[in-house]
Amino acid sequence: MTDPVLPIPDDITTPWWEATRESRLLLQSCRQCNHVQHYPRVVCTACSGGELEWIESAGVGVVDSFTVVHRAPSPAFQAPYVIARVRLAEGPTLLTRIVGATDQELSCDIPVSLAWESLSEEFQLPVFRITITQ
Amino acid sequence: MTTATAIVGAAESDLGVTNSSILTLQAQAITRALADAGLKLSDVDGIATSGVSRFSATQVADYLGLQPGWCDSTFAGGSAYEMYIARASQAIAAGQAETIVVSFASNQRSARSRSLGGVVESHTPEAQFETPYGPLYPLSYYAMAAHRYLHDYGLTRADLAQVAVLAREWALLNPKAFRYESGPLTVEDVLSSTMISSPLSAADCCLVTDGGGAVVVTSLERARDLAKPPIQILGYGEATTNTSMSQVPLLPTGAAASGKAAFSRAGLTPADVDLVALYDSFTITVLLSLEALGFCGPGEAAALVASDRVRPGGDLPLNTTGGGLSYCHPGQYGVLLLVEAVRQLRGEAGARQVANPQVALAHGTGGILSTHATVLLGVDR
Repeated sequence: MTDPVLPIPDDITTPWWEATRESRLLLQSCRQCNHVQHYPRVVCTACSGGELEWIESAGVGVVDSFTVVHRAPSPAFQAPYVIARVRLAEGPTLLTRIVGATDQELSCDIPVSLAWESLSEEFQLPVFRITITQ
Repeated sequence: MTTATAIVGAAESDLGVTNSSILTLQAQAITRALADAGLKLSDVDGIATSGVSRFSATQVADYLGLQPGWCDSTFAGGSAYEMYIARASQAIAAGQAETIVVSFASNQRSARSRSLGGVVESHTPEAQFETPYGPLYPLSYYAMAAHRYLHDYGLTRADLAQVAVLAREWALLNPKAFRYESGPLTVEDVLSSTMISSPLSAADCCLVTDGGGAVVVTSLERARDLAKPPIQILGYGEATTNTSMSQVPLLPTGAAASGKAAFSRAGLTPADVDLVALYDSFTITVLLSLEALGFCGPGEAAALVASDRVRPGGDLPLNTTGGGLSYCHPGQYGVLLLVEAVRQLRGEAGARQVANPQVALAHGTGGILSTHATVLLGVDR
């Protein structure tokens, strides 16, 4: 990914982006109801509580679905690449990429594990690889 | 049970490649729809539109020299026009307006204003957490919904392709259709089309054209004194589900809640519907909407679309203009679903006319399966 679209962290999301420098994928957990959510917000979407703390994801999940993009939306991206929804073991689903996979290996419901790609000098972007099963 | 409101005028603007401005096309659609109803601009006291500028309804009012007592520019992509019918019906029932025009137009093909990545607003969560990965907007979300759907029901790209094949079959009966003279489309044509965001190829995607439309809404009582037979607004429903690509399950879509609300309000069931007009942004959209609206069970829509029931002469004619896939897709196609439903219910649809339809369903979908709105229309009884 050369010259990607750079995110602009805000009052709530700055800690999340800073953690990517240390290759840590953060999620929000509600102190009142234990609901886990991503992307970060000022409010818990399950109980409307406002006491949210950061937890670190174990980085394992399954592919909810995926698509191979063959025509990039801008010169910042080099097609083909795999866009996917990954459902984390902690509950939340995030949009991400699957890297290092062939078209034949890709399928819904396969297990994946966290990896990281450089996004800018400042931040990394969480991506996923297909989990090698023994 | 009905809403005591009706659609009394319906029209398209010029379609295809127009080299006209958005406001030119808006004015065409609105004045043609008013003429269809036997009304004039000076009769209009309500405007609902979107996609013109930041102040869309205000912009159209200014352009037409109107100062309406009611307006709505709810931004909900292609489903906004079905939502406007609900709002307009309520405003008329409440006495806030008497004659409302619902309109949309775009010159996106002439102006080359559409991009594969969509419009990114840097302050949104999507801009931080999704855009950096490079999804196509809206295409990649529909593609993920398609993979999930095909996986869950053991189907293939050929099942999606049937939707595009059907759309072309209807378009060959519609002289206004962008693909009217393109000849039939085959499953093989769709499968060999350029892959954009798997499993969706170029032929699974709607057209990019100019175009627009308008409908005129008033009270049923007043409608009975106007130029054409009134088309009753029998019911409506809507659901708003997501802006991001990660926050809600891909299936089923919000069309289920939207359709359920519309059928309940109208006191009807899918079995009562004689004509179906669904937003076909992509082939997958039609399969998901047919199932969510209750026209068939989960996983059964592909077989329905491949059957004779939805074709000319069938008992459940589907997307009789040729749809966004083969007729016209100006970006927020929902208003043209309403125009076609009105024409079919009036018996004005020419070579593609369905035999004596009494009830039509129009269902708009906006964004990335973000917004869903259903309208049930019927001939006056």
